[in-house]
Amino acid sequence: MADAPRETWITGIGIVSCLGEGPAIHWQRLNEAPLQPEMRAFAPYVVHPLAPIEFDKQIPKKGDQRQMEAWQRIGTYAAGLALDSAGAKGNADLLARMDMIVAAGGGERDEAVDAAVLSGLSRAERPGAFLNERLMSDLRPTLFLAQLSNLLAGNISIVHGVTGSSRTFMGEESAGVDAVRIAHARIAAGQSDIALVGGAHNGERRDLLLLYAFAGHALKDTFAPVWERSAHGGGLALASLGAFLVLEAREHAQARNAKPLARLTAVLSGRSDRQAGGITAVLARMWQDLAGRLMSDRVAVISGASGAEPATGAEREWLATIPDIPVRATGTYLGHGFEPQFPMNIALATLALGHERLFPLGDSSGVEREMRGSVDQIVVTGVGHWQGEGMALVERAR
Amino acid sequence: MTSSQNGAGEPVAVTGIGVVTSLGVGIADNWQKLTAGQSGIRRISRFPTDALRTTIAGTVDFVPVDPFSSADLTERLAELVAEQAVSQAAICAKGDFPGPLFVAVAPIEIEWHHREVVRADLHSNSDLTYDDLLRATGSGRFRSLHERLLMGSVAWHLADRFGTKGSPVSLSTACASGATAIQLGVEAIRRGEADAALCIGTDGSVNPESLIRFSLLSALSTANDPPAAAAKPFSKNRDGFVMAEGAAALVLESLDHAKARGARILGVIEGCGEMADSFHRTRSSPDGKPIIGCMRNAITDAGLTPDDIDYINPHGTGTSENDKMEHLGVAALFGERTKTIPISSNKSMIGHTLSAAGAVEAVFTLLTLEHQRLPPTINYKIPDPAIPLDVVPNVARDAKVRHALSNSFGFGGQNVSLVIGREPM
Repeated sequence: MADAPRETWITGIGIVSCLGEGPAIHWQRLNEAPLQPEMRAFAPYVVHPLAPIEFDKQIPKKGDQRQMEAWQRIGTYAAGLALDSAGAKGNADLLARMDMIVAAGGGERDEAVDAAVLSGLSRAERPGAFLNERLMSDLRPTLFLAQLSNLLAGNISIVHGVTGSSRTFMGEESAGVDAVRIAHARIAAGQSDIALVGGAHNGERRDLLLLYAFAGHALKDTFAPVWERSAHGGGLALASLGAFLVLEAREHAQARNAKPLARLTAVLSGRSDRQAGGITAVLARMWQDLAGRLMSDRVAVISGASGAEPATGAEREWLATIPDIPVRATGTYLGHGFEPQFPMNIALATLALGHERLFPLGDSSGVEREMRGSVDQIVVTGVGHWQGEGMALVERAR
Repeated sequence: MTSSQNGAGEPVAVTGIGVVTSLGVGIADNWQKLTAGQSGIRRISRFPTDALRTTIAGTVDFVPVDPFSSADLTERLAELVAEQAVSQAAICAKGDFPGPLFVAVAPIEIEWHHREVVRADLHSNSDLTYDDLLRATGSGRFRSLHERLLMGSVAWHLADRFGTKGSPVSLSTACASGATAIQLGVEAIRRGEADAALCIGTDGSVNPESLIRFSLLSALSTANDPPAAAAKPFSKNRDGFVMAEGAAALVLESLDHAKARGARILGVIEGCGEMADSFHRTRSSPDGKPIIGCMRNAITDAGLTPDDIDYINPHGTGTSENDKMEHLGVAALFGERTKTIPISSNKSMIGHTLSAAGAVEAVFTLLTLEHQRLPPTINYKIPDPAIPLDVVPNVARDAKVRHALSNSFGFGGQNVSLVIGREPM
């Protein structure tokens, strides 16, 4: 890189979650006490379901909606909100140049088909032949397209016309961190002028609960703020959420008269050796990398802690080394959505910086404390429930 | 971005390659069979094929994984090719690769045999639901399935084994994934983030449900007999692609870094291009604009013009739609040269290696440049008069190739093209 890095602005955010859709309702709810999430639908598991959404508002064609499963609808909707927020919606020239990195899971299952086939398999004389017959007749041909990880990006291209480029990262929380990191690095280096980056997750899925229940990570029986779960072994509450950001080179935004909601000034990702208890060390190293940029006493942390142990305990241990910095874990309000969690927290940091203050604490364990005065800089953390760590610095627009 | 001229990006060296396909393991074996026009497509023996319309695939059965799981095979294939590439590049001590990892991988998911293992633990033959499976997890006996079935697991394990630096990136752009992995590596090196990158495409997904999914979309050839004749790219009687497994790895390195350490440069990635298609989930825009734009972007990024391209390694799946649209795109870009520029599909022999294809075919394109020899498109018996092309029919031949274009197109409107050349003088 010969040239100095370009400044990256956040010029659009699109967010949906159990709290609702858009910045206003998220800000309002974050300023109220955390809500008790859904306890019955997936009992004994705790899940944060999506607030009711009128998908028609961002995905006008019913045919498009039918081609998607819930996680894709959530993401396509949130992407549309972000494009609206950036003033980019419907601007064909701009969308044709817009890069896109989506962080995605996938594999949404037809639970009824799975259960019926699995039940039959135990009684089938020739299980292999039975499996083939049933899948050939019972799988909806278009379900595959609703499962493919890259088809959230595909649907965003189709519905919103973003076609400059399209890449999908997988790998749970890290996918979201690296999507933001690489979109930011490309803009800083002049490889990209404007990028749509984010992800979506549908937490209202038993097949996903199964994946996390294998290792005992799915929160059961009792709801508590993320920092207060360790007494019961910890656990993450699956969340439905979608979060997209429009990142843009400052010059590019200025040329089209787009206003910055905040500045994204650093994005770091890593993968510590968890066996060796590396989380606290990698977070300390990342914080050190950012320390030179932290200008004031008006700094806060928005944490992506999931509640899963030992990851959340390790992050808590690291936070204890920066005791003067106020912290908020949004997982208490939103639940945990893996891939979109990091972009969501960058969006919420953007929101707080726009209001020039942090929202109230949502925890009584002592990790979160009141913040007096205004906030200028927010460090967003993203510690994966199993692997991967990330950190971003979001700063007030000047 | 460091630019030379004409808005072109900096070329990036390739100093190590590895490959496994249904033809075999390693560069030598694959290249010998590929240029001999051999097919790796065979009857599926891994699972029963009752009730299936397609009973053939390019499976990699000679890499044992027991019990079979696509996630495990995908990871094993990636290990094999990365081992080859890193050892050829001789760039580091074992397990200490000096740059990031980008892995193109099919989405990892819970497979049927995993569900069956959990069901068996319930000791019941009555009808069950997901709630029963969830109850079974209480035993804690399935803890290891959690890590195995996370989307990031293949890349994490590879990062541990090869000691790559930073957060390993798992990615999917469907059937363009392998090319995207290379593109991400090229970009990271051009940004100056790293001197080297390990880029891998891997796919071991021939299992009943994956095959049936493609079959239900009518994407697969049903010309099961004989298996070797099923994949017929650009032929009039083409009837779909043949699913296949494989993997390829490339060690990318900045030219300066490679030269400074006296590495043997196998070729260079000269340019990368992409353009997404907003027309349809599985079909290309009828005007071919995204495909044309994608190829043009790659050629421009390489600082070249279409006239400089001597050979095309096409996506060339053998589906009616792909080959027609790819011809349309090539014709729009190459004009009068369309009928004469050689364009041969590796997939006629190895099938469609899906998430790995872009990387596998980039490696074969590098070998094409190295040996100055074009692998053929086999099974080209009935040319399609609507898409007249020099597909290097059935027999390999020598040719002068300085710059080659490798195309990868995928479901979801994914298009990526790479321009690959020989070491700059």
